[in-house]
This record gives sequence, C-alpha cells and structure tokens, in this order.
Amino acid sequence: MTDNVNKSRRTLLLSTGAVGAIGAGFAAVPFLKSWLPSERAKAAGGPVKADVSKVEPGQMINILWRGQPVFVVNRTPKQLDVLESLNGKLKDPTSESSVQPAYVDNINRSIKENLLVVVGICTHLGCSPKYYPDLVPQTFDAEWKGGFFCPCHNSRFDISGRVFAGSPASRNLDIPPYTFLDENTIEIGNDGEQA
Amino acid sequence: MGKIASSGSKNAAGFMGWLNARLPVTQFYKDHLSEYYAPKNFNFWYFFGSLALLVLVNQILTGIWLTMHYKPDADKAFGMVEYIMRDVPWGWLIRYLHTTGASAFFVVIYFHMFRGLLYGSYKKPRELVWIIGMVLYLALMAEAFMGYVLPWGNMSYWGAKVITQLFGAVPFVGEALVEWVRGDYLISDATLNRFFALHVVALPLAIVALVVLHIAALHTVGSNNPEGIDIKQHKDENGKPLDGIPFHPYYTVKDIFGVGMFLLIFLFIVFVKPDMGGLFLEHDNYVPADPAVTPLHIKPVWYFTPFYAMLRAVPDMQMGALIMLLAIVVLFFLPWLDRSPVKSIRYRRWPFKLMLGLFTITFVVLGWLGMQAGSVTLTRIAQALTAFYFFYFIWLFFYSRNEKYHEVPERIEDH
Repeated sequence: MTDNVNKSRRTLLLSTGAVGAIGAGFAAVPFLKSWLPSERAKAAGGPVKADVSKVEPGQMINILWRGQPVFVVNRTPKQLDVLESLNGKLKDPTSESSVQPAYVDNINRSIKENLLVVVGICTHLGCSPKYYPDLVPQTFDAEWKGGFFCPCHNSRFDISGRVFAGSPASRNLDIPPYTFLDENTIEIGNDGEQA
Repeated sequence: MGKIASSGSKNAAGFMGWLNARLPVTQFYKDHLSEYYAPKNFNFWYFFGSLALLVLVNQILTGIWLTMHYKPDADKAFGMVEYIMRDVPWGWLIRYLHTTGASAFFVVIYFHMFRGLLYGSYKKPRELVWIIGMVLYLALMAEAFMGYVLPWGNMSYWGAKVITQLFGAVPFVGEALVEWVRGDYLISDATLNRFFALHVVALPLAIVALVVLHIAALHTVGSNNPEGIDIKQHKDENGKPLDGIPFHPYYTVKDIFGVGMFLLIFLFIVFVKPDMGGLFLEHDNYVPADPAVTPLHIKPVWYFTPFYAMLRAVPDMQMGALIMLLAIVVLFFLPWLDRSPVKSIRYRRWPFKLMLGLFTITFVVLGWLGMQAGSVTLTRIAQALTAFYFFYFIWLFFYSRNEKYHEVPERIEDH
C-alpha cells in the first residue's frame, strides 16, 4: 500500500488538514468566549466606590457589590485591642485558609488597621450575619468582644470576621479585593489597578 | 452496501420496491427488528433498555410542549411554571409527566446499568456499548441538572450555585471557569438562559445521537443475556443463531408488557404523588429563587445523592470534587477492571456475588446519606462507604484475574 502513496499529495493533504484544524480552533473562539460575562454583566458587577469618611468609629455601613452585601466597619481602638487575645478561641486565627487578598494582613485583615471591609455573607450557608459592635455579654456568648453573629445557625465571628470555634461556619468571612482611591474613598472589586 | 442493492433488486416491484431502491427501509427493519436475533432467555432485567427509550420519548414530547409556555427569564421563569401548572390547559399534566419522567429516567437507567453489572454486559465485545452508555449517563446527568434549574425556585438557584462552584476546584483556572460557566459573577439571568439552551437544544441532540450510537454498537455485536453465553457460536445452516429469536415480534411483545407495567406505576406517581414527598420535586423549590436566602439544607435530587455524599465525605473541597469525578470515571474502565472470562453472575462464585451485593448496598446507602443533613457520625459512615466504593473496583481487578468459576454451558438451555 505504501508503495502507491504520492508523497507530495500526502504532504499536501496533511498540511491542508493541519491548516483546517487551526482554522477550526480559531472558529471555536467566539463560541467559547460568548460564554464570558457580557459587558452588561461586567458593568453591573464592576467595582463599587464608597465614601468612608462619614463612617463614625464603631459604625458599620453596608455596600452592595455583585449582589452581595459588603460590610465596611470603622473599628474603634477598643475593638482592635482584643483581637490578639481572641486567637485561642478561633478556628483559623491567622486566616491561613480564608479567602482574602494577599495585601491584607492576617489578624486585622484590612489595609488600614481600623477600616474593615468584609463580605457580609456567612461562609456556612450564605445568610447575612448581624453586626454586634459592643463588648458586652450577649445571649449567644457571655464573653462577647464585638463582632458578627449569624442568626441562622449561630455562627460567631470576631470584629475581623474570623470565625469562633464551635460555629458551624468553617471559614473566616471573605475579604473582597478593594483599594483606596484616596484618603476617603475605597473601591470594592478593584485590586489596586487604576483603571 | 451490497446488501442494499440486492434487496432493492429482489423486491423491485411496487411502492416498497421503489422506496427500497432509494432508501433501504426494508433492510433497516430487518437488521434491527424482524431479523435481529436476540438471545431467547431475556428476563425482567431486559425491560429497562426499551423503557429508557420510552421515557426519552416522553421527555422530548412533554419538553417541547413545556417550552411553548415557558420563558427562560430570571424575572419570569418561576411565574411561568406556576402559569403552566394553574392556567395552561392540561399544563399540570404535561409538567408532571416531565418532572416525574426525569426521576423515572434515572430509575430505569440505574436498573439498566445494574443489569450490565449482573450479567457482565460490559465485557468484550461490548466494551463500546458500555462506554457509550456511560457517556449517555453523563449527558443525562447534565440534562437533569440544567432542567432542574429552569423553574428558578430557590433550590434551583442554590443547587446551581453549589454545582457550578465545583468548577472552582479545577487548579489555577477554577474561579475563571466558574465565571465562564455562569456568564456572570453570580448565578443570574445569563446562567438561566444558557442552561435553557443546553437543556432544550444541545443536550437532547447529543442524547439522541448517543442513543443511536449505543444501539448501533449493540446491534453490531449482539445482545448479551442472563447466561452470558455467546449465541453466535451456534448457528443453523442459514446463519441464524440457534438460541436466538427475532426481536420482532418476540421481544416487542414482551417489551409492550413491560411498558404496561411501567406506565401503571409511572402514571400512579404522576397523578397521586408527583413530588414523591419532596424526593422528585423538593419543597424548597416551591419558593422563588432568592440570592439572599439560602435553603436550610441544600441537597440535590435523589439521583445525584450517592455522588453528593462522596463530595461531602471528603473534608477538602478540591479533593471531594476529584473523588466524585473519579467515582464516575472508574465506571468507564469497568470492562478492563473485570478480567474474568465469565460474564454472568450465574457462573461466578460467592465472593463476587457477595462483593457486588455489598457494592450495591453501598451505592444505595450513599444515596440515602446524600439526602441527610450532615452530622459527624453520618460523615464517618459516608467516608467508609466511599472508600468501599473504590475498594470494590480494586478488589475486582485483582480477584477477577484468577477467579474460580462454575463451568459455562455451550448453549442456552431450554426455558
């Protein structure tokens, strides 16, 4: 059989096939890429700006980003001082397995020490935890030092969103990507690239 | 191809002659029905192939009718299903036939696959029949999952969220892949629309094509049987297998009886218990999709729960997804994992019977575990059973190599 093969025609055939395959690969690109988020989805899911200058110490504001609440808390020194002392009671005190950008530290979990920016969705089953800022005993925790409590399944988080041992949630609250555009404005969903 | 020309010239007269000269209708009818020789000893387990075909027809027919009244729009979808149930004439029946049909499809397919395990139908020369069947099973799972999202109930929404999140387990590109699949940063209208397109157009096309291949491959090598004896070894002077009978009329009649029995049960469920107490239609799906409210207990529909139990049994999400994937992938290799020359369980000895029995119980119990809310004890049980699921295949690989078995007769004895 191989005797009858016309070598130049075989080469022509193979190269035609190869070119055809490359063409098919290119043709597949628009079909695959049309599955990416549309421009409208991108606009709706784009970064969100927030003015943080009006957030009083101890106060929390709630910003909607990509359909989920983002809590921005201006933490008081009193709230911050207890963070280290809580480490023993937490599941993941140094946030090793939590979802957060590389540029936030592991205990304060923020860029600026006082300003916490955290996704307000419980990592257990997606309920939204409530903000309990005061360092006073609560029905759910007699030694409460301020933080977040999820009423759905009693998950407790400290003021850095770190989860307490004994909570059904296994991961600390997520920190979204964000950046400071200037002293008073943060942009959530922006990793610091100035678009 | 020579066959076609000769059959055309033999029956050249009349309309059929005219037709056969242009399209081999008679030959096709003979090849696949009147002269397709199936072993004479098919039993109960052989109902489920034709029943799967029946359910497929039901799904396509009722599915087409449902699309006539449905809109894949995140704001309208839930309302459209209510509209179908309450306002469209006979809409409730068409929808219940479709939703019950989805569960019936998996009941039938699981019996069909179990038949293959019992009688070694995956073994040489039917490896490809088995593999095409496995691809069909995967396509059916994708079809069922996407169909479940369309009513846009709260379990649709959160189920879609959990399942698409599994793509996040892919190393490096995981998160980007999740966005690509969802078409948005969250499950949204874009997701619903593409799932509709896949559920209604792409996957049904693929499933029908795969069914054609499945049957074509089967009819090339011939059907296995409860004895696992190759009927092509003994043929009469005309080349017909001595232990074979024509599919039509013998098995068409048998299958019609099966269809009757099946419809009795199927329609009882459709009319009396279409939600099967939350098993076929989950209670949380009677609430519209709400991205802010998670159902207390997210669980897939019953036919996915054995694999869901495996996913949850592994503490690490990435490993869990991998284990779940492997649980299905391993089935593709079954024709080569079982190295025994004997096909049917009837001629295999007690270790195989025992292990297949345990494997079956494992799969069923995993299915039950996948429906329960997690607890420490149940997770431990699920872990043990997941381990056994995989152990079965490893055991089979080594055991079947030098397996002792009963002697297999040459011919199928009279029944």
